[in-house]
Amino acid sequence: MSESDIVKDFLVESYENLDRLDRDLVGLEKNPQDKEALAGVFRTIHTIKGTCGFLGFNKLEKVAHIGENLLTRLRDGQLTLNPEITTALLSMVDVVRQMLKEIDSTGHDGDADYPELRATLTRLQTPAAASAGVAPSSPAAIIAKPAVADAPMPASSKKTPPPAAAPPRSKSEPAQRKPPREKIGELLVERGVVQAADIARALEEQERGDRRSLGEILVALGLAKMEDVLAAQQILEKPRETATPETIRVGVNLLDKLMTLVGELVLARNQLLQFANTSGDTALQAVTQRMNLIATELQEEVMKTRMQPIGNIWGQFPRTVRDVALGCHKQVTIEMEGKETELDKTIIEAIKDPLTHLVRNSVDHGIELPEDRVKAGKDPTGRLILRAFHEGGQVNIEISDDGAGLNRERIRQKAMERGLITAEQAARMPEREIFNLIFLPGFSTAEKVTNVSGRGVGMDVVKTNVEKIGGVVDVQSSPGRGTTVRVKIPLTLAIIPALVVTCGGERYAIPQVSLLELVRVEAEHVRTAIEMVHGAPVYRLRGRLLPLVYLARELKLADVAAAGKQEAAALNIVVLQADERQFGLVVDQINDTEEIVVKPLRKQLKTVKTFAGSSIMGDGKVALILDVLGLAQRANVVSETRDRALAEKAKEVVAGTEKQMFLLFAGPGDSRMAIPLSTLARLEEFPMEQVEMSGSQWVTQYRGQILPLIRLNVLMEERRHKLRALQGAPPPGSGPFQVLVLNHEGHAVGLVVERILDIVEDRADVRFAATCDSVLYSVVIGDRVTELLDIPAILKMTATASLPQPDAARHATQGAH
Amino acid sequence: MPALQFCTFYLDKLLFGVELRGVQEVIRSLDITQVPLAPNVVSGLINLRGQIVTAVDLRRRLELEARPPDAQPMNVVVRSEDGAVSFQVDEIGDVVEVEESTFEPAPEMLRASIRSMILGVHKLNDRLMHVLDTEKACEMIEAVAPAAAAP
Repeated sequence: MSESDIVKDFLVESYENLDRLDRDLVGLEKNPQDKEALAGVFRTIHTIKGTCGFLGFNKLEKVAHIGENLLTRLRDGQLTLNPEITTALLSMVDVVRQMLKEIDSTGHDGDADYPELRATLTRLQTPAAASAGVAPSSPAAIIAKPAVADAPMPASSKKTPPPAAAPPRSKSEPAQRKPPREKIGELLVERGVVQAADIARALEEQERGDRRSLGEILVALGLAKMEDVLAAQQILEKPRETATPETIRVGVNLLDKLMTLVGELVLARNQLLQFANTSGDTALQAVTQRMNLIATELQEEVMKTRMQPIGNIWGQFPRTVRDVALGCHKQVTIEMEGKETELDKTIIEAIKDPLTHLVRNSVDHGIELPEDRVKAGKDPTGRLILRAFHEGGQVNIEISDDGAGLNRERIRQKAMERGLITAEQAARMPEREIFNLIFLPGFSTAEKVTNVSGRGVGMDVVKTNVEKIGGVVDVQSSPGRGTTVRVKIPLTLAIIPALVVTCGGERYAIPQVSLLELVRVEAEHVRTAIEMVHGAPVYRLRGRLLPLVYLARELKLADVAAAGKQEAAALNIVVLQADERQFGLVVDQINDTEEIVVKPLRKQLKTVKTFAGSSIMGDGKVALILDVLGLAQRANVVSETRDRALAEKAKEVVAGTEKQMFLLFAGPGDSRMAIPLSTLARLEEFPMEQVEMSGSQWVTQYRGQILPLIRLNVLMEERRHKLRALQGAPPPGSGPFQVLVLNHEGHAVGLVVERILDIVEDRADVRFAATCDSVLYSVVIGDRVTELLDIPAILKMTATASLPQPDAARHATQGAH
Repeated sequence: MPALQFCTFYLDKLLFGVELRGVQEVIRSLDITQVPLAPNVVSGLINLRGQIVTAVDLRRRLELEARPPDAQPMNVVVRSEDGAVSFQVDEIGDVVEVEESTFEPAPEMLRASIRSMILGVHKLNDRLMHVLDTEKACEMIEAVAPAAAAP
């Protein structure tokens, strides 16, 4: 191993150690008695110092040496940790980190030797200066200081090797870097159970011929308690977690390469599968089938290697919070839930900055000053809670504070001042939308510019960055109680489900997350279905106007002229969601949904906002991935303020007339029934063979879950006869069954109906009393009496409703038609 | 004097060279996917064994006359800071070995936009070899993009 490799190893290890140091030090500040943590901090600095000496980074060694001296005092109990010492140690960590960076880029540890930091660290070593918290204490102390600082304490010099002698000379050093504690005496001193002098006494006893172990002697002499010695022994016997690592370090490049190769393998497999299926050779088919399974599993496992717990980036937040809180004289504790939640490496990197900003923001603007908190009847110490969890194939990250909450009035006024919304809009805006105004560019309510705000990163940048990786940000707040920012992001960027469409002879992939539904307008209807609003094409989708964007036109594809002529042909509309706005994308052809491997675009194409990346299709050709938001912006479908105004108007229309969307279907005996469309997740059709029996319950396998099926005719029958009809297996020859997949409070249930009729929008304000329990009431929809089903009641009556099926429900809601 | 090795190629009858150690491979034209709205110097994306590589039309990049539509370009795949980039050229020449002494910087009168990409020329026996700055040639200057969007 060459010297540069050793330096590289040293850098990687030191960076990791420093991150841990940040955490440990902040932890220690809260709990200064934690000898274990202190010892850990000491070891880390000691290791860095030792290796520096070996590699000849003298300046770094000097800084680490002074820090180590201070830590020695702390460890030996001559000093107690206070905020001043912590700050000094943290700035030492910063300096060390800076020097490491210097080493990384230039190969030596820089020219600066940080006299001020060194002076502070040295000064703090005297108990007087440290506890007084202010520089110069009595002249005597200053005179005494250098002597104290340089002469190692007799006790510690005996137990720990003198620091200068530490540098390991061989590559067997990793073992020495984290010296295992071999001696119980050392450990006992470290834990503050006995004095170093007591150990010395016991050692003398041993030298005089006492055969007993050190611990036994200590107990016999009454210097230590039995349980302390036993506890220490247990610690010594327990293998240290860090001593036997079960992991090996692998370069990120290698993982990326593996990912690429697996992507290639998957493509090759797809081609092979196609070939095998057409060949009719059964042996070949069996082999490819096996390969298919292996490749799929391999792909999953390789994906896992790229997953990292979110705790990796949260680790630095206690430090961030501490620094910001100190800077603005606040008291804040940070709590974390779901640190182990895993995310793809690329996503972790992408959300680091936005999250840091949100955390800083919460401390700086969210949490009040201690005196204000007391006035409001709250604990002077504010709480910041980070929470991460998986939900429906996405990761949710919440940053909550228990601060003053967002000031609705101030946001409203600010937005009006900046011309982001009109007074009229402001007056009618619902609370949630007002809060979300803070994500608009050029919006800042901070009354004074602190060193935290005004860094050129606003909430709008947070939003842009989160959206760039396909996520969404939302903010909720209640006055006096606090604010919660919720970030929803996909698990991985590397492989995503996407809809592949064709336009102008090329294929394009549309990420499934933006996809709402697909609409096909047959040729004979095109002329009437597509209307114009001052030249802008729109389509009436269930009574609402959907702006249409022609992909060929937006991308300036060669046959724009041809697209004009094609008015007569059928129209394929992909309904997409971009930034709370829906629009229809008109494409030549809709191919299929596929799992695609996302590859980023190179810098030459970064300026093209319409594409989010590229991917290789099954036939080996490259396809571009559309950036739905970028496309919407290009087509002017989304422009913040105008868009919000439109959204407002749309809402007003709905609210003013109280119209609701209903799904109409035929119930038993050809009666007309309806459910509110909002309760419907999907419409499905299952052939008879897919319906299975679970007890007397009809079930079907649906998106990897078991979906209980409720037959409406049986349900109605039961009600009438007041007895439980046994559900037999579906009679042969029956089906396919029309199923409404309902989603109610996290449960998915399938309702088997006779026939689906229509989707209508109606007021449904003429009501009659219900004729049976499962019906809410009868209404007039579209001039006909229709029974409106009481879904919660139906689910309650069906025992299966209590089955927890949250995942199926979520999948169902995400699906697009 | 250490000898330098160059991979040479032709563009509109001019001889160009890039340092051999920066060249990943030379391949015949592959299936190419057009990128709508991209700067016109980008001819598209190609799949190089699982790696997606941006293809740059060097004729356009160097503001030379457009390649005749029936001519199949060759791809010189070079390693750049930002991953591999494929230069589309007319024809591949030999690998030539030159010495520092034959080098001369490009004359001042070249257009500034071009001059930044051409480090200079090596005086070969029978002709001049333009030395291309790979990184500069890979850069897509923002100003070029919109102006060039309508060919």
